Amino acid sequence: MSKTLSQNTAGPINTFLIVQVIISILFIAFLTWRLYTVIDSGAYGPDTWLRFAISGLIIGSVYSVIAIGYTLVYGILFMINFAHGEVMMLGAFAGYFVFEALKSIPVEATGLSFLDSYQIVSVILAFLAGMFISAVVGYFLERIAYRPLRGAPRLIPLISAIGASIFLQNAAQVTFGPKRRTYINPASLQRSVGWRIPVAGEEVILTYTGVLTFVLSILLMVTLYILVMRTRYGRSMRAVAEDKQTAALMGINVDRVISNTFVISGVMGGAAGVMWGIHNGIIYHYVGFIPGLKAFTAAVLGGIGNIPGAMIGGMILGVVESLGPAALGIDFQLKDVIAFSILVLVLIFRPSGIIGEVLSEEKV
Amino acid sequence: MAMLEVKDIHTYYGNIHALKGISLTVEENEIVTLIGGNGAGKTTTLRTISGLIHPRSGEVFFEGEKITETPAHELVYKGITMVPEGRGIFARLTVFENLDMGAYSQPDRSNFNDDLERVFQLFPRLKERRSQVAGTLSGGEQQMLATARALMARPRLMLMDEPSMGLAPILVESVFETIVEINKSGTTILLVEQNAMVALSVADRGYVLQTGEIVLRDTAENLRQNEMVQKAYLGIE
Repeated sequence: MSKTLSQNTAGPINTFLIVQVIISILFIAFLTWRLYTVIDSGAYGPDTWLRFAISGLIIGSVYSVIAIGYTLVYGILFMINFAHGEVMMLGAFAGYFVFEALKSIPVEATGLSFLDSYQIVSVILAFLAGMFISAVVGYFLERIAYRPLRGAPRLIPLISAIGASIFLQNAAQVTFGPKRRTYINPASLQRSVGWRIPVAGEEVILTYTGVLTFVLSILLMVTLYILVMRTRYGRSMRAVAEDKQTAALMGINVDRVISNTFVISGVMGGAAGVMWGIHNGIIYHYVGFIPGLKAFTAAVLGGIGNIPGAMIGGMILGVVESLGPAALGIDFQLKDVIAFSILVLVLIFRPSGIIGEVLSEEKV
Repeated sequence: MAMLEVKDIHTYYGNIHALKGISLTVEENEIVTLIGGNGAGKTTTLRTISGLIHPRSGEVFFEGEKITETPAHELVYKGITMVPEGRGIFARLTVFENLDMGAYSQPDRSNFNDDLERVFQLFPRLKERRSQVAGTLSGGEQQMLATARALMARPRLMLMDEPSMGLAPILVESVFETIVEINKSGTTILLVEQNAMVALSVADRGYVLQTGEIVLRDTAENLRQNEMVQKAYLGIE
């Protein structure tokens, strides 16, 4: 059967390939031309380019951490958890309330608030709170919105995910109010303050919040990667991802592994939320939506279901959307257009992503 | 008391009545085989015993304990493992990782290396391919891996679903030699096979299934002599 199939489709596939190549060449030629004219015009000095690249890497690292949440769940259940952006948003709020509460506790010895007296402890507490709340949200999300639909066709849990996303957004709006809140960071983590690096006669600021975000993201991702690839527990997660029935025959409690996957995905989302708050400063009930979609794009770009893919995809997306508007000489408001154009292009030309694997029939 | 006792189970797939009152027993240290054609209910019987699906009525006892509703992942801890149909190896995990998953139910890690040595002795080929991704193994090696992985759980009862499926005749022989060897070292075996000839040559007793019912039960020797079995399953006119 497969033989006749491939014979029938051999022609169209070749034509499609040729069209792909031609479009790619034209596209790259256009990009090169735009880039040349922009650089030639001298609108941006080397320091500006470096600034864009740094901010891209920092935002990209947050996208990567969120993307891992998508990819973990997809790897095990083959569903897109569209409510993951909201899981991140709730983590951001948890961190916000911890900072706010610590700011209001005076410490007599220093004459400052707890937040400014014990800054490292405060940051750790905020992250723990964000990760904990998001983990709890992730756990109940799976229990309430996805588990009852386990045997249903694949579209059904997707709709449930979108519903959960809207529900969580609105619940946050009603509970916390629609106003935008500014994250109250500890004194030495003020935004736009950092190390000054001289570049071509100008100064590029490497912000403390940015460095914290980037380093923490890498640490989280490496820890997760080791957990999944090197421990017996991670092995059991991969076994469940491959074949749930056989995994059960090994004595693995499949339902518990799925629950824990949502918890881990929530931990990553919560950490990303607090990082987002600390680095970007402003949070509100809608703050998870766009980063969520971007991270989903990053996961698809890297190859969904694949952890290193999510890391690489996030970084690439962050850098491209940060450098893109400048490189193409277009308005900076259009950076979201660049990000989502990438999603469309990847889905058309390489649905399996950069290092994605070819999906087996059973998964598709 | 029989090690495994299945009493009049009825299993359904949706509205399809797949098992219409199967009863069977397996004694300790026996090799028992279920033979029958496609759709006779052999695999369904194993899946029901192993807890992957639950019967609508009837009961299953293992060493006197009722396990009718026990989920599959708990049965492993009681001493039942299954080598599933089509082997069910984790293709993207390495050989070693597959074996480690087999030992998932063994909390005592000190046994792990002994058990590993034991299965490597049984299947030296797996030792050579220890860090190879399991999906790249040949069919015969995958069957070895599936069997070895089941042994890592230290089962008292091993359910095997079509171990000869898709293997060259020479490999089938060696698979069944291994089954006998495993049985001799103290593991009871319930074996489902389409290849009735080989199955009956190693088994102590056998059951013949037809469309969800047991139509014959006897010693393997008698079944081999049975005219109906010879005609339908052994290809002897």
